[in-house]
Amino acid sequence: MSYHEIEVRNLHFSYPDGHEAIKDISFTIYPGESVGIVGANGSGKSTLLSLIMGILFPDKGEVRVGDVIVTKKTLATIRKRLGMVFQDSDDQLFMTTVFDDVAFGPRNYNLDENEVKIRVEEALEKVGIPHLIDRAPFKLSGGEKRAAAIASVLSMKPDVLIMDEPTSGLDPKSRRRLINFLKGYNHTKIITSHDLDMVLETCDRVIVLKDGEVAADEATLEVLTNGELLDKCGLEVPLSLQKCPVCGMVKQHR
Amino acid sequence: MHMADALISPAVGGTMTAATACVAAYSIKKVQNDLDDKKVPLMGVMGAFVFASQMINFSIPGTGSSGHLGGGMLLAILLGPYAGFLTMASILLIQALFFGDGGLLAYGCNVFNLGFYTCFIAYPLIYKRITRKGLTSGRIFGASMVSAILGLQMGSFSVVLETLFSGKTELPFGTFVLLMQPIHLAIGIVEGLITAAVVTFVWKARPEILECTEAGKTLGGISIKKVLTGILVAAIVIGGFVSWFASSNPDGLEWSIERAAGTTDLEASGIIHDLLAKIQSKTAFLPDYSFKTATEDAANSYTGTSVSGIVGGALTLGLAGLTGLIISAFKKKKTKIAQ
Amino acid sequence: MSKIVDSIYNIRLLDDLARKDTSIHRLHPVSKLLTTIVYLIVVVSFNRYEISGLLPFVFYPMVLILLAELPVMPIFKRLLMVEPLIIGIGILNPLFDPRGRITFASIMIKSGLTVMACLVLVSTTGLDKIAQALRTLKVPSIFVLQLLLTFRYISVLIEELARMVRAYALRAPQQKGVRLKDCGSFAGQLLLRTFDRAQRVYDSMKLRGFNGEYHSYSKSKITWKDILYIIAWSLFFITARVYDIPAFLGLLFERMSY
Repeated sequence: MSYHEIEVRNLHFSYPDGHEAIKDISFTIYPGESVGIVGANGSGKSTLLSLIMGILFPDKGEVRVGDVIVTKKTLATIRKRLGMVFQDSDDQLFMTTVFDDVAFGPRNYNLDENEVKIRVEEALEKVGIPHLIDRAPFKLSGGEKRAAAIASVLSMKPDVLIMDEPTSGLDPKSRRRLINFLKGYNHTKIITSHDLDMVLETCDRVIVLKDGEVAADEATLEVLTNGELLDKCGLEVPLSLQKCPVCGMVKQHR
Repeated sequence: MHMADALISPAVGGTMTAATACVAAYSIKKVQNDLDDKKVPLMGVMGAFVFASQMINFSIPGTGSSGHLGGGMLLAILLGPYAGFLTMASILLIQALFFGDGGLLAYGCNVFNLGFYTCFIAYPLIYKRITRKGLTSGRIFGASMVSAILGLQMGSFSVVLETLFSGKTELPFGTFVLLMQPIHLAIGIVEGLITAAVVTFVWKARPEILECTEAGKTLGGISIKKVLTGILVAAIVIGGFVSWFASSNPDGLEWSIERAAGTTDLEASGIIHDLLAKIQSKTAFLPDYSFKTATEDAANSYTGTSVSGIVGGALTLGLAGLTGLIISAFKKKKTKIAQ
Repeated sequence: MSKIVDSIYNIRLLDDLARKDTSIHRLHPVSKLLTTIVYLIVVVSFNRYEISGLLPFVFYPMVLILLAELPVMPIFKRLLMVEPLIIGIGILNPLFDPRGRITFASIMIKSGLTVMACLVLVSTTGLDKIAQALRTLKVPSIFVLQLLLTFRYISVLIEELARMVRAYALRAPQQKGVRLKDCGSFAGQLLLRTFDRAQRVYDSMKLRGFNGEYHSYSKSKITWKDILYIIAWSLFFITARVYDIPAFLGLLFERMSY
């Protein structure tokens, strides 16, 4: 378990072409929390993740992971604690076999090859694809690639798992497997998604972004049942909470 | 323009591989020193890009023919000469291994022909020279055209020389040159046009990419003197090696020189021949008995159209077939037992 | 268009074959690489009039194809798609010399043998293990990593390219191929996407601790089998080079029939 909290304080960021992507965002994520970040396209979700990971640096404000502030000098430490899974798995699986991709991180830590092998096997076991260990990435289906990408991050044993649109492009079964994995994974999770039903099932807290600002930051049910708020932010209530399309009954969520 | 193993001799292949290895080692050092370690994924993905774009055949209106991008100049312009050369090297290695486009022995020749002249001669001496005062679409166009055309001309001429020195074909120097150069002039024009178009596109859409390579500290340090010295050294080494093998095949070279059309060619070839003869006598090499044995026997069995030669060939093939049958029978037995 | 799709198919096929498990596949990649190089050097060292002396060399690819259970048809197909330069040069030979027909035949045989040797190498070893062999032979890791990345992203880019070409073709049914003036922006678009991808791959590598050095994987040990492999084949090659086996067999046959 990790004991690091992630604090984002008064964050501002504009792209080189002038577009102000993040305008004064602040929040704190506590160890073990499962946070969903939602918002319309262009609301700043991916930019926010990049700022947390140190891929981009804020114009104003800071990101703190545990007791370390994210700067160019502290990147190595930060990246040991945070593991990020990209939206496009092909960007993450750049080696020629799944084994090598999942082993890439541990090898960069200079672990000895036996330890690396153990970590790879464990990681693949956790995401449910131990049989794909020697497969080439281009032969994997979308769901398998996503699982492999997650494994490639898990093998580094990060304290926090950050995921950008993890269910996009997945078929229903793969999506279900991913949701089950997330439910069973107990470390801190930060997930951006358009899949509000998935967020409903896996996150206990939701942050809604609108035009680079925080429009809401509360418990999942508070946010996702608030139709007016969601509508203002370019979203809508999750399908599983809407009225039944056949008989019009409102579903009760347990 | 890819050379195949069947056209070269071990001497030429070995020499060019050595030359390529030296340039590659130097390039790797330069790329490693470049503090931007983003070069590695960029080289990888760009390599895939050039590989993929070589698959596009474009129709040239009016001629009804098609051509495709080579990529050397583009790589040099977008990645810098060192990274560009290495990327070309990996593209060619994958083509050699997976497609038989260019062999492993000819690999050194191909990397040199397609990579060296474009990245280390055409790029610094032509492209950079024309664009040193800044980029405009006119300058990009001119620079791309001239460097692509000349780069390809040098590359194809290199192919001619390598084939000539290998002595595996009958083609005389003159005819071969007359064949290769015009074809590659046409290809060079197309490549120049495409390179210019792509570079202009990138320059307009994302100028910072080009600015990065322009300002690169690793660039601009290639002096003409170094380049010329390098070429001279390579020429001497190649000449020395070739004479070593030329002693076993004087008839072929001499013969094609005799058949070459035109007095100028004859004179030029005569000079080559004399030079080779001089080096040959100086490097009084041990009679390569081993290599001569098979050669002489083959010559004899051919000129005599002896039955034994043909029968022997048939027997060899027959033996091969028999061996094959035995192995596959053995394998089938193994799988039967395993089941 | 079909050329594009063909090439991915070809790469995938050879990659698949390389993952089989036969005695040949289990050999150390360095020994297979070195044996192939010796083979190539010896085959290529024959002079241009040599035909019969080359024949014994068909044993090498044939034996390997059988022992490694490789499918013969795809490999033969590749042989037939020989680089136009060779055919162009080859065909002209008879015009310059009555013996030119021999030269042509010799070139064709050598071409067949050398291409087969390469294809057999790749289908029994695969690029990963070849990369491993290169590292063992002290090729710098930057080059090897970059080679693997190129290979990895070829199929990704070709798929992207195929999508673009298909979309283009559907809106320009009269044309064959892409018009020359459209090529610039076509290639340009693909290029920009390539740059973006490179940036993302770079980020993803950095996030997993990449710092410029590529730590290569478990090196399998070289066993006596590997050494025996190189030595045995090399002896065969050199013997076949020095002594014209077909001629010898022919003479033997002649003598025996008297």
